[in-house]
Amino acid sequence: MCLAIPARIIDIDKQMATVDVGGVTRQASVVLLPEAGLGDYVLMHAGFAISLVDEKEALETIRLFQQLLDGMPGDDSGSAL
Amino acid sequence: MPLPYLDEFRQEAHVRVLMEQLDEHAARLSKPVRIMEVCGTHTMAISRHGIRQALPKNLRLISGPGCPVCVTANTDIDAFIEMALMPEVIVATFGDMLRVPGTRMGLAEARSQGARVQVVYSTLDALRIARDNPDSTVVFFGIGFETTAPTVAAAILEASETGLDNFMVMSAHKVVPPALAALCGTPELAVDAFLCPGHVTAIIGPGAYEPVARDFGIPCVIAGFEPADILQSLSMLCDQVAEGRAEVELQYTRGVRPDGNPAARSMIEKIFEPGDAEWRGLGIIPGSGLAIREEFAAHDAARHFEVDVSYSREPKGCLCGAILTGQKIPRDCPLFGKSCSPDHPVGPCMVSSEGTCAAYYQYEI
Amino acid sequence: MTQELVAQLFGKALSNPILDRMDDAASLDIEGRIAFTVDSHVVSPIFFPGGDIGRLSMTGTINDLAMVGARPLYITAGFIIEEGFLLEELVRIVASMRDAADEAGVQVVAGDTKVVERGAADGVFITTSGVGSIPDGVRISGSNARPGDIIIVSGTIGDHGATILSKREGMDFEVELQSDCAPLGRLVEEMLAASSGIHVLRDPTRGGVAATLNEIAVSSGVDVEIEEEKIPYRGEVRAACELLGLDPLVLANEGKLVAFVAENDAAIVLETMRASRYGADAAVIGRVAEVESSRPRVYARTLLGSRRILSMPTGEQLPRIC
Repeated sequence: MCLAIPARIIDIDKQMATVDVGGVTRQASVVLLPEAGLGDYVLMHAGFAISLVDEKEALETIRLFQQLLDGMPGDDSGSAL
Repeated sequence: MPLPYLDEFRQEAHVRVLMEQLDEHAARLSKPVRIMEVCGTHTMAISRHGIRQALPKNLRLISGPGCPVCVTANTDIDAFIEMALMPEVIVATFGDMLRVPGTRMGLAEARSQGARVQVVYSTLDALRIARDNPDSTVVFFGIGFETTAPTVAAAILEASETGLDNFMVMSAHKVVPPALAALCGTPELAVDAFLCPGHVTAIIGPGAYEPVARDFGIPCVIAGFEPADILQSLSMLCDQVAEGRAEVELQYTRGVRPDGNPAARSMIEKIFEPGDAEWRGLGIIPGSGLAIREEFAAHDAARHFEVDVSYSREPKGCLCGAILTGQKIPRDCPLFGKSCSPDHPVGPCMVSSEGTCAAYYQYEI
Repeated sequence: MTQELVAQLFGKALSNPILDRMDDAASLDIEGRIAFTVDSHVVSPIFFPGGDIGRLSMTGTINDLAMVGARPLYITAGFIIEEGFLLEELVRIVASMRDAADEAGVQVVAGDTKVVERGAADGVFITTSGVGSIPDGVRISGSNARPGDIIIVSGTIGDHGATILSKREGMDFEVELQSDCAPLGRLVEEMLAASSGIHVLRDPTRGGVAATLNEIAVSSGVDVEIEEEKIPYRGEVRAACELLGLDPLVLANEGKLVAFVAENDAAIVLETMRASRYGADAAVIGRVAEVESSRPRVYARTLLGSRRILSMPTGEQLPRIC
């Protein structure tokens, strides 16, 4: 339905930002996400930032995965992030 | 180079343990459960990571109507192609649409007949093409759902504010909640739970699915797109079914705010108004489309160009409608594997490389 | 730009004793079995990071010869040039053909140019044909893969395809990426010297590794199974593919090969490849199995441990939003 990728804002000038995805950069509009600022991770869809990536929530989700992994008997293959 | 917020959700150890968790949770189900992944991007991710093949035996995933390519009706595709064939027109489109067949031809074929077709990544690129070609009219094919519609609305607004009169949009945009409600109202719907689209929800907010859960008693989980997200979401859906609950739950907490994205929604409302829309396979669903408002008529290709698509019709014999509602499987279709194949797709479910028919085709022919 | 001018330019830049004779045809001394091939090159943009149409037209044909185990020797080149194409760009293109020829140790022994009306071509098209000699005892073919063979790729996948895509009109991506465009004749020579157990060689150009593996599976009547985690990618290629919704396995490569090698020889072939500048990132990515269902298939093992079918890509690779 909609491909959106976490991208980091590395430059911002009013409604246009430069975003970076793993070494690939492009211009992205932040007109749909006025709260976006320099250094933020945003979800980019078709050249527009559509949502902030919530770091706290992301870490919480990962913590749950890790808990599940730690709870596995006899499995110590889990690695911390 | 790491890709933050993607790689963490693909870690093998996490994915494996979430798979085991899913096996345990699915074991608590008293009967087989059919889960519809509403969104085409979920379909792609499920296929790419081999999730369908790894599922517990009593879970089945059904691909829903959330692939913009798949549900765009032939009348819209034909109209866009008619515009593409006009000498003064450059059409701009997302790459997804290029291979989709219309009644007489697809865009790729129109291009080989001389149509100027430009594939773009973003409406920002389409605006630039319009600026660079002042003597031509650039028509952008507005497809997609609430995630994509605001990006197209923003382009129309910019064209309007900067006097870029040669930029137009043909809107075939659709919105998800009315379609889900229509789907739920189908008596033959054979779906027990919905895996809901994370990025549409980033715009419309989780509340949009409340009627589905409340009125139709179908559990909903809003999911992210990485394998860990999808597996966790499937476990959550199993729990709801096993416990007899039907709620809207959010797995994709890092990408979706409780109120969605109000700025994006008001951008949609500023430019578009609700209208009826024809969905391939599902028919006309009232209030499920987005038409360009009168105020922005100057940028509305449908108003500007008179095209005759009375010849337009849906492919005969195609069962995609029944497949999209989970009532039929591709094998039931008389065209499947015969006149309809990935090289020559007839119906929408074969068009998208990961549509239900295309996925079946790979395994069964 | 006149035809004569162009002919002069080529004659000078690509000069060698055979070409300099300016006979109607080159006369060549070649021993044993020969490999003979032709390829037409059309690329947009004509100049791209890591190469241009000139280098590409040489490496493409050199690599086709190398993929049957031949030592590439002689190349002919035909140019279709659109009227108005800049002479200085042509000079650059021919210079990079010369560089590629020197790098690969081949000679351009005949050429032809036609200038056509504006609009009848897009800049410049180059068709090259090539001849190479196949050493005694070397039998390499796409139909020679056998169950148990180990599959090795010579380096990172998708560099060329991602580079070209990022430079296409309407895309507007900035990325520090270069096409991998390179002649592989010397790498193959070294591999053949190290092992007599090389069954298949193929350069995964259009359609990428996915197309190549499917072609070989069908030609040889075998199943192919690769492990996704083992495929080498540059980070930027991976990122570009995530952004554009593309599978790097379908992106074109112009300086990579896929080798199917007898299991016992896999280690020595891998070591030989890694010692070459053209194979430094070589990696084992999978193996060959007996056909298990109704027809030969290519499977990719995912991080879930399940298998997906890697199908033959259809049509051009386009960015998608869904």
